[in-house]
Amino acid sequence: MARTLFDKVWDAHVVERLEDGTCVLYIDRHLVHEVTSPQAFEGLRMAGRKVRRPDATIAVVDHNVATSDRRSGIKEEDSRIQVETLERNVEAFGVPYFPLLDPRQGIVHIIGPEQGISLPGNTIVCGDSHTSTHGAMGALAFGIGTSEVEHVLATQTLLQKPAKNMLVRVDGKLPAGCTAKDIVLAIIGRIGTAGGTGHVIEFAGEAIRALDMAGRMTVCNMSIEAGARAGMIAPDETTFAYVAGKPFAPKGAALEQAIAYWKTLPADAGAVYDKTVVLDAADLAPMVTWGTNPEAVLPVTAVVPDPAAEPDEAKRVQLARMVEYMGLTPGQKLTDLKVDVVFIGSCTKGRIEDMRAAAEVARGRKVAPGVRALVVPGSGIVKLQAEAEGIDKILLDAGFEWREPGCSMCLGMNPDNLTAGQRCASTSNRNFEGRQGPGGRTHLVSPAMAAAAAVTGHIADVRELV
Amino acid sequence: MNKFETVEAVAVPLEMPNIDTDQIIPARFLWRARSEGYGQLLFNDVREAGGFILDRPEYKGAEVIVADKNFGCGSSREHAVWALSDAGLKVVIAPSFGDIFFNNSFKNGFLPIVLPEQRCNELRAALARNPGAKVVVDLENQTVTGPIGVNDGYGQDSFDIDPFRKELLLQGVDDITFTLSQGEAITAFESRYLAETPWI
Repeated sequence: MARTLFDKVWDAHVVERLEDGTCVLYIDRHLVHEVTSPQAFEGLRMAGRKVRRPDATIAVVDHNVATSDRRSGIKEEDSRIQVETLERNVEAFGVPYFPLLDPRQGIVHIIGPEQGISLPGNTIVCGDSHTSTHGAMGALAFGIGTSEVEHVLATQTLLQKPAKNMLVRVDGKLPAGCTAKDIVLAIIGRIGTAGGTGHVIEFAGEAIRALDMAGRMTVCNMSIEAGARAGMIAPDETTFAYVAGKPFAPKGAALEQAIAYWKTLPADAGAVYDKTVVLDAADLAPMVTWGTNPEAVLPVTAVVPDPAAEPDEAKRVQLARMVEYMGLTPGQKLTDLKVDVVFIGSCTKGRIEDMRAAAEVARGRKVAPGVRALVVPGSGIVKLQAEAEGIDKILLDAGFEWREPGCSMCLGMNPDNLTAGQRCASTSNRNFEGRQGPGGRTHLVSPAMAAAAAVTGHIADVRELV
Repeated sequence: MNKFETVEAVAVPLEMPNIDTDQIIPARFLWRARSEGYGQLLFNDVREAGGFILDRPEYKGAEVIVADKNFGCGSSREHAVWALSDAGLKVVIAPSFGDIFFNNSFKNGFLPIVLPEQRCNELRAALARNPGAKVVVDLENQTVTGPIGVNDGYGQDSFDIDPFRKELLLQGVDDITFTLSQGEAITAFESRYLAETPWI
């Protein structure tokens, strides 16, 4: 029977199928960070269990570390406790670890692909919903809870039932000023925050094929915002060229052997998907979220919707609440929204390509008065590369902050936070109420759009700046 | 993990769709030790705004939430289930759930039940008309009944659940204990698989 990419990766990892269809699924790579792992290690300790495959596990700190200079130690007590706890755990259980001052430290979903730890055809899990990012490699990668983190540490497997297959095909070529971020925001706008629930989405089509790996990771990263269990993109020459030479990736004959296998992974002709959605990239414009979930998204040229025009009462109430929380007026142009903060970074958009895109808009311009603009590279390696290219200098000259790697202002659990009422153009992945700090107002955009907001002081159409 | 017993308790109707795990437990609290408990932090920011339904006296002691679509979407944080569970809740009934939240629930002896959207709407409406009314959730027989004790019948529904998950909940057995009992199969798979894919 013709199989999809997901079917093939799944089948290759089934240890055992139980009577009701639940599978014992083998896990190739387990990424561990400081926030969702302490209770899992504690569980192992209490039961006297070991980590089954430390060699398939990698730990890093990212979520709650400050992104200010950290050479003199961690000042925030809660953050220090979590970092120290993780360090004790990785030492006791023999798990490889990139410490805070190691240049390889960074956001867990940046460093996996960057180090060649995440490979095509792998099953990859992490106690973080944005693990879907690694699906860009042609891997099956998904977020798990802390109990499942403990389960993988102890058994190197998970108990799972197969997801359904969904195909999202993006045909055509992207217009100028549009990026992977605009593609995925448009997809979520189309299918909704629960559009992918119970499914693994495979992204395909000309516009997806044309994306570089950073763009593909952006798209897969936000599959979870469409409710999908994971996002995947079939591995191709772009993938193989990316993997080659990465520190932990196979080399020489082993790489040849691996590539021969990876070439068998794309879906067979005639493979059946439970759901299919088709978009034309040519119809896209730079996108901006206006509300408090990622499906509340519009082209930058649009105006704030009027809840009164919504016929369905439940939806009307929800829209009205979003308009109120976000401090908007129906009919107001999105480009008239003044921003207080701009955040460029996160596992969605903290790669070297994203730093370059921001710098291109920032070059020769100044951050608008009264705007705080943060640029947070996704890893120490990204930071070093950007500095080698002079990107830090362009951004600093323009008045942006150039910070240390971490999750930063994506999630409101480290010192980088919005205060109540502040409006932020952000390259991150979630615009939920309070996500970037209690009362904060988030507009999700691409890095170029975020830089455009920084230099104009309001949500702006980047196409008018380049 | 405790065995899941039949629940007969006050049920709270929550009207908002897409309640994400950032709302259930904001990220800035996630570093707390599990032993400190997360119950008092459940819906912290929404509650601070005042007038939240869970704080109304008639819903004191509630063990069941009846919610709208896509409950528990967003972040994978299991802390969301811990916060609900530590606050004394045992069941959430909704038309759909975020996948990771749904999975996390079972690992904590917490039961997420999917009922059709129309029935969830009717049950929330019935509970809103009878604040503080109880429902009965019977896992063994896979039924939700209620509100009980009021002459304003919503009635009874059957729900589906994976037989495997049901058994683990009823017996109070955690997944790891089960999987470790499959140790030979895992070792056999691992040695064959790693020989075939030496680059992994």
